[in-house]
Amino acid sequence: MNQTPFAYAPAPESVRPVLKPAYGLFIGGKFVEPRSGKSFKTINPATEESIAMVADAGAEDVARAVAAARKALPAWSKTKPAERAKLLFRVARRIQERSRELAVLESMNGGKPIRESRDEDLPLVAQHFFHHAGWCDKLMYAFAGATAHPIGVCGQIIPWNFPLMMAAWKLAPALACGNTCVLKPAETTPLTALMLGEILQECGLPDGVVNIVTGGPDAGRAITALAGRGVDKIAFTGSTEVGKAIAKSVAGTGTKLTLELGGKSPNIVFADAALDQAVEGVVSGIWFNQGHVCCAGSRLFLEESIHDDFIERLKARMKMLRVGDPLDKNTDVGAINSKSQLEVINRFVSAGSAEGAQKFEVSCDLPKKGFWCRPALFTGVQPSHTIAREEIFGPVLSVMTFRTPEEAVQRANNTTYGLSAGVWTEKAARALEMSNRLSAGVVWLNTFNRFDATAPFGGYRESGFGREGGRQGLMSYVKLANAKKKTGGKR
Amino acid sequence: MTAARIEVAKTLKLYMNGGFPRSESGRTIPIKDAKGRVVAHASHASRKDLRDAVEAAHAAQIKWAAATAYNRGQVIYRIAEMLEARRSELVSLICSIEGRTKADAAREVDHAIDRTVCFAGWTDKIAAVLGGKQPVAGPYFVFTMPEATGTVAVVVPDCTPLLSLISLVLPVISAGNAAIVIAPMTNAPLALAVGEALATSDVPAGVVNILTGPRTELCPWIASHRDIAAISGAFLAQADAKSLEIGCAENLKRVHMHHDAPDFDDDAFWHSPFAIAPFVELKTVWHPSAL
Repeated sequence: MNQTPFAYAPAPESVRPVLKPAYGLFIGGKFVEPRSGKSFKTINPATEESIAMVADAGAEDVARAVAAARKALPAWSKTKPAERAKLLFRVARRIQERSRELAVLESMNGGKPIRESRDEDLPLVAQHFFHHAGWCDKLMYAFAGATAHPIGVCGQIIPWNFPLMMAAWKLAPALACGNTCVLKPAETTPLTALMLGEILQECGLPDGVVNIVTGGPDAGRAITALAGRGVDKIAFTGSTEVGKAIAKSVAGTGTKLTLELGGKSPNIVFADAALDQAVEGVVSGIWFNQGHVCCAGSRLFLEESIHDDFIERLKARMKMLRVGDPLDKNTDVGAINSKSQLEVINRFVSAGSAEGAQKFEVSCDLPKKGFWCRPALFTGVQPSHTIAREEIFGPVLSVMTFRTPEEAVQRANNTTYGLSAGVWTEKAARALEMSNRLSAGVVWLNTFNRFDATAPFGGYRESGFGREGGRQGLMSYVKLANAKKKTGGKR
Repeated sequence: MTAARIEVAKTLKLYMNGGFPRSESGRTIPIKDAKGRVVAHASHASRKDLRDAVEAAHAAQIKWAAATAYNRGQVIYRIAEMLEARRSELVSLICSIEGRTKADAAREVDHAIDRTVCFAGWTDKIAAVLGGKQPVAGPYFVFTMPEATGTVAVVVPDCTPLLSLISLVLPVISAGNAAIVIAPMTNAPLALAVGEALATSDVPAGVVNILTGPRTELCPWIASHRDIAAISGAFLAQADAKSLEIGCAENLKRVHMHHDAPDFDDDAFWHSPFAIAPFVELKTVWHPSAL
């Protein structure tokens, strides 16, 4: 791909994680064979090569994991909080120690560029454990006037876009508050979670406090099926469609639920923005992690007067994006996570063109094997177009315009989602006013896709409810002593 | 017949700006163990040593406060790791100086280490607990956030030598302040062992400085030094407490004094954000939220 003397030479990451050929389920502190007797191949989406065999948990396996979590609950929930803290601090330190290995594995199994897994995912994973370790003995200051008790056994179902980060976002607060967990990683990205299981053992976390069951949608359904019958809390991150199905299946069981779902987040650029900075923000907003980001800034709203200028700058910047080997340290856009997701994205791209929007895509060579998608943007998008309304979860940007702040707010909020929003303007008062008026759980002003363990993340409306991170995120994992009596399903 | 081995005795110095200088005064004071035997000689810090320490602390504090709270938390956690590694040394020093049982000393050391871990967890939470957004009655975006006060002199009492030092110093540094610790001369070997733990942790040079010296001599200089922004003290002689409190009149130093014998075993207070609160300034920021 070296067409010019200034092209980047390949800079492949050399570390290779030590992997077992096959992984069992992590239940009760041990890797055990699945009683389902089934396993599946987990692949590298950039090469389609098999990395390892992974157990496919059946309902019996899930029940076993829930039973292990139940068994571990009394001792763990009564462990002195400061002692729990020390264990979680250890986990954070061990993750930092093994972060290179974990980052490489994350990129191998999920397709994301090593630069992102190394510089974004892993630091956040460690920070999440570190931050929540510190909360263990400080819950009385998080909930003034109430006493925080653990909820119990948490069933946690996570997606494939930030596999280890999502595991950390789910496990760390749950454990800090004294709960025990059954975690189900996504079907396509189970490996870093399993390595995390090894780390938890190394750090001396008591058996059964965290159980990890790998598998497909059936394993997830087996967890939600136990809501109210051993599982006291369900936390799910994934699509709005599946989130709604989960809400339906746990209805009436008295199970506490938090959902972090899809989005169609607006990124709004005013004419008075620092345009080059805004271009960078738009690029990271939609092409970070191949656009496999629930809060991706997938709808770009440009103030009409700057449309042509901005699109020109954006296209010039897009041409610089390096698409290819996720393990190359210079790669900006890696592999699409799975064949099925690639098909979904391609369907949306076809719909965009068919409905009359104008497509521009980066003309780069794509590797022969693996799942790849060229970064693309559509101009001339109408609010009624499919690509303006539905979550694509891929590297595809829909561009629209506005004339007044009023119109920007109205169009930005014209969605059933409400996860994030971005605003670009050099006028701070305008930025803050917009942040007040946008219906979104996270608003980024002159930046985008920022995450931190101290900053709560979560959605409005059909992007879900509950927050992850910070003091407010703890609320998802505690039962407050002055809370009203729960109905049904509980001891 | 084997001759008894001659032990290598440790020269006790000060801990200042990341290094271990002797007192510029050249003075030392003999340190006796519980049985009255002289076991070491402690550096007797002078006014000049204090001023040097303030200079180092002042420079270090600016960077320390500018570090992310997460980074400060990790550094403080590293202190706990280093203290844990020196656990047996700390226990035997307490036994030797105070004549206490090993089990009793171990309890104090463990408590001090666990308290350090607790404060490692406070750095990135104190703003969420002490600060917040203010719902003012107008189109303004207003938030209040805690910031470090600056360089804080920490005057450590004689009781529970390790736990008192840790309990007074950790709240100060976790908020982003720098500390100048005045440790009792009698406990100099222990204070310096803490200094050695700090020097081998990732605490930037100058963030904690430990001087051993007579409080009565140093307190007036602390009170009158204008680059010291706050004072933390506990269970001091009436005269020392008063001479420190006069510092408030000098440059409005925040003097935070526990007059009665503090119960350093009380986690409810010593692990709370209210142990940190006296050493932060609250800054309220206003910005219009409408054009």
